[in-house]
Amino acid sequence: MIKRLSLCIREYKLASILTPLFVSLEVVMEVLIPYYMGKLLDLGVTVGDMNYILKTGGLLVVFCVLSLTFGVLSGKNAAKASAGFARNLRHDMFHNVQSFSFSNIDRFSVSSLVTRLTTDVTNLQNAYQMIIRIAVRSPMMLIFSLVMAFRVNHKLSLIFLCVLPLLAAGLAYIVTHAHPIFERVFKTYDVLNRVVSENLHGIRVVKAFVREDHEREKFNTVSETIYHDFVSAEKLLALNAPLMQFSSYATMLLLSWFGAHLIVESGNVPEAGMTTGSLVSLITYSMQILMTLMMLSMIFVMLTMSKASAQRIYEVLKEDSDLHNPDSPVFEVRDGSVEFDHVSFSYAGDKDKLCLKDATFRIESGQTVGILGATGAGKSTLVQLIARLYDATEGTVKVGGVNVKRYDLDTLRNEVAMVLQKNVLFSGTIKENLRWGNENATDEELEEACRLAQADEFIRAFPDGYDTYIEQGGTNVSGGQKQRLCIARSLLKKPKILVLDDSTSAVDTKTDALIRRAFKQYIPETTIIIIAQRVSSVEHADVILVLEDGRVDAIGNHETLLATSEIYREVYESQTKGGGK
Amino acid sequence: MAQTQTRQMPPPRGNFRGIPKQKVKKGTVKRLLREIMRGNILRLAVVVVCIIITAGSSVSASLFLKPLINDYILPLVKEHTGNFQPLFGALCMMAGIYLAGVIAVYIQNRVMAVVAQGVLKKIRNDMFSHMQTLPVRYFDTHTHGDIMSHYTNDADTLRQMISQTVPQTISSFVTVVSVFVSMVATSWHLTVFVMLFIAFMFFVTGKVAGQSGKYFVKQQRALGDVNGYIEEMMNGQKVVKVFCHEPQVKEAFDKKNDELYENAMQANRFANNLGPINNNLGHLQYVLCAILGGLLASRGIGGLNLGAVAAFLQLSRSFVMPINQFSQQLNAVVMALAGAERIFDLMDEQPETDDGYVTLVNAEKKDGVLKEADHHTGMWAWKHPHETGDVTYTELKGEVRMFDVDFAYNPEKTVLHNITLYAEPGQKVAFVGATGAGKTTITNLINRFYDIADGKIRYDGININKIKKNDLRRSLGIVLQDVNLFTGTVKENIRYGNLDATDEQIIDAAKKANAHGFISRLPDGYDTVLTGNGANLSQGQRQLISIARAAVADPPVMILDEATSSIDTRTEALVQRGMDALMHGRTVFVIAHRLSTVQNSDVIMVLDHGSIIERGTHDQLIAQDGTYAKLYQGAFELE
Repeated sequence: MIKRLSLCIREYKLASILTPLFVSLEVVMEVLIPYYMGKLLDLGVTVGDMNYILKTGGLLVVFCVLSLTFGVLSGKNAAKASAGFARNLRHDMFHNVQSFSFSNIDRFSVSSLVTRLTTDVTNLQNAYQMIIRIAVRSPMMLIFSLVMAFRVNHKLSLIFLCVLPLLAAGLAYIVTHAHPIFERVFKTYDVLNRVVSENLHGIRVVKAFVREDHEREKFNTVSETIYHDFVSAEKLLALNAPLMQFSSYATMLLLSWFGAHLIVESGNVPEAGMTTGSLVSLITYSMQILMTLMMLSMIFVMLTMSKASAQRIYEVLKEDSDLHNPDSPVFEVRDGSVEFDHVSFSYAGDKDKLCLKDATFRIESGQTVGILGATGAGKSTLVQLIARLYDATEGTVKVGGVNVKRYDLDTLRNEVAMVLQKNVLFSGTIKENLRWGNENATDEELEEACRLAQADEFIRAFPDGYDTYIEQGGTNVSGGQKQRLCIARSLLKKPKILVLDDSTSAVDTKTDALIRRAFKQYIPETTIIIIAQRVSSVEHADVILVLEDGRVDAIGNHETLLATSEIYREVYESQTKGGGK
Repeated sequence: MAQTQTRQMPPPRGNFRGIPKQKVKKGTVKRLLREIMRGNILRLAVVVVCIIITAGSSVSASLFLKPLINDYILPLVKEHTGNFQPLFGALCMMAGIYLAGVIAVYIQNRVMAVVAQGVLKKIRNDMFSHMQTLPVRYFDTHTHGDIMSHYTNDADTLRQMISQTVPQTISSFVTVVSVFVSMVATSWHLTVFVMLFIAFMFFVTGKVAGQSGKYFVKQQRALGDVNGYIEEMMNGQKVVKVFCHEPQVKEAFDKKNDELYENAMQANRFANNLGPINNNLGHLQYVLCAILGGLLASRGIGGLNLGAVAAFLQLSRSFVMPINQFSQQLNAVVMALAGAERIFDLMDEQPETDDGYVTLVNAEKKDGVLKEADHHTGMWAWKHPHETGDVTYTELKGEVRMFDVDFAYNPEKTVLHNITLYAEPGQKVAFVGATGAGKTTITNLINRFYDIADGKIRYDGININKIKKNDLRRSLGIVLQDVNLFTGTVKENIRYGNLDATDEQIIDAAKKANAHGFISRLPDGYDTVLTGNGANLSQGQRQLISIARAAVADPPVMILDEATSSIDTRTEALVQRGMDALMHGRTVFVIAHRLSTVQNSDVIMVLDHGSIIERGTHDQLIAQDGTYAKLYQGAFELE
């Protein structure tokens, strides 16, 4: 996982390397500064040597400026590296999602993909910045401070070696025990969010069934769990600060005691060894050393928290599309004929849960085909195999006499235009949306397609006509208008096969009929496949397929099916019963 | 939909995440403090005492250096007595003080954890509980994302503030004050210098923070842009694929992504600078102080000796550090307060008004007189208490009458005009009409999701405003077009309609809704767990479950709002047969755009722009040859 994620550093490698470098230099300065501060105190202030004070003071100012420079440089590089890392993560994920097949998309819910691309990336960005900055800084600080402390007085520095492991062990204990609780808490948080979110979406259901109290109870239970877990985790973490303080106070006392002895021995003469100045320096170092340990334990907690985000991002990055272009693809679709040869399909690839079973039939180029069947009968599944949105589990699907797996995917999908059941318009003008079908379409072509889809009239009725801005999700056009725009968009591809997956359900029957008539009249050579609930949408088709439980139950035209297919007859009657037609 | 929100990691402290300089209402701080105090007074008193002890011990740690060097070590050096006894005594005393500090900080942290989590839990629960009382209008006028963020972002910043910022601020304050006193006591000359320097530091920090804030605003905007694009494209991913539009989409995304990178980089750059700048200014202050102190001491100004300068230097560090910390946290405080304010706004929303006093009770007829029963009898009655103290019972029949009802969601646009209708008990009443004609609005008014502006609605002769809302809604079963299922098993979802339903009743309801067949074929049958609003089911299957859910509630009146729109007509016919059996003798309101759904209704109302333009049975309407007839012949569009 780390390996794949680190591939996203790329052009920010330099910044990622410079950051710890500058951090190290900054640390060196920060360690040198207390050292010279001690000297300043010893050889300057204590003795009252103004000259020395100024000289060392000047040196210290230089160090400060250097330290500041390094700090700013490391900060800049860290910002660049982490923001760049995030940029590449988003880029890679987004691009990979674009390569996903339909079945890949089905595996991730839309909302989870959005979270992975947004919140999770932000989490990782922060974590990365922390790694290259603070996670480098703390150990460096620890090492340099120790080195300097030993330089000041190696005997006294042995005290650190006694206190450090104790503190480290204590911190490690706390962190390792608190971590599992935190993981649990965050899982529970997900549950809490889910309860709220479902409550929001279903507020009408909650109110209609008067289930407010039931919902409250549900929420309070989760809330209580979070409270308990959080308190127990924080009680553990509450040990952190006292442990830290205990160590630093103990160090100070020990330093003072033994330091005093050494100072007395040396007579507070620098040349003879320990001085009061060195004692002050040592105490400063002790603070620095212990602080770094504290920081390290905090970093550890934070990093483990972002582990989940890293995992979720990794899942998207490693997901390989399970549909691939063939090695020597066919770039031309000869005609609009479709052939299914013993085709079975399961979304899970599980042969016991087939959504389409052993479908065999042939559609001639230029025919109009209707597909009818109950909810879940496999209608959408069947047509999606034609554009190779999924691969058949068994059997072969042929378009223009060639197995769909042999086509170049873009070629196939441009020739087999699908108007999906759950269709989407994008934010932008109507023109921009239509040009999805053909970027180079002229205004005349756009209008022509819209006339065929019976959309031209209502588009012209908008104040801005074809330049009307469509809101995200197409919320400012009605369902029927949206469907017609989607049909027009697909028509602009000038496909050999046009598949309408329940695409006129919100369009009235008259307009529906007009659209079909326009197809017959203006694009007679295009194969039209229509999935519909309404018998009237398909009854004039050349061939009608009746699907039932994933099987092709009957094939024929309206008259034959009325005579032979019980299902077809029932559907027909359910829609015309008591009717005056 | 359930996973739209994920966990919010606590952001690193002192990091600028939002937009700085937000205006916070005055009362918010007070109210938040009240929330924190309530029921926690004793704990907080303990915390404050502990903080004072902790801060005191840490101040005495830095103060100790001066006497340590001046009073103990230097005399030892000078006198060569080798008597370490006084030093030992002093160290022991300090050890005592330190120990007290260590214990105090532990107690403080533990108690604070309970306080912080307790307050949060209470706020969270109050918020959710209050949210349940809000009218549907609130949910219709606020985006779910916004409401969700009260539970995630806002609560999270609040958590950090209560558990970290508040104790830290108190402790900083105690430290700063006591150190300041000691500094003045040691040397007021140097203190003045330090104060001047700190003013300078604030100035610089403010400049940098301002720069950073400017870019953070930009970053936030760019982030919103990228997130919006991601959301739109992820939703339309299949369309993108069908149109082979991947390259264009990638290109557009990369452009937005680059802009975000640029702003994020700048924003973080300035934020990252804060640390080094503050640190080094601190160092600089130390050096300058040493030089100044040295000068003063060597000239003997202000009675300074060298030990005092050394001590002062140490003090000045303990003085600057908490101020630095505090200034870096100021932003977190402002953000948390803004969060608290939004949470309070939610809690201050007016709940649904309910002045109803007529309640729904189980009833039975004894000797021709309606009596209240303590068990389910299949018969209901409205219990109507009068001012005189009498109680009368009216049998629930399901008669709904509207008189001249007007309604508008917002004052500018009337949605319903002069609606008058009678639904006799046992009738099936259908509404047809285009989107926005007001079909759903009528049902929203019957169950009082919204209250009418003018006119009257009577239910079994009782003005619905007099009926307690919960009882009114309990008497109305409703199946909505947008199905909402909850995470849980199929069984639990159906049981939502009637929490006391037995498994048999559930299966029976599922059979009536024609859902039993597909439920039995699910991997675990009725115990199959549904997640993400039943993401693993088809739209039609979800509608069937929601019909079963309404059926198990066994309500006297049923509203079916496009309840079968995603179910094929053959299955719909089966469902209708089941529903007709269930609802025999009860009132049913049906909204549908598919005319085959409403054909067998007793009355069909055709709505247009908020008015009923035609009413009658299917045959009558066809004979009238009006709008309905045109609709039926497909000459009109219905959406």
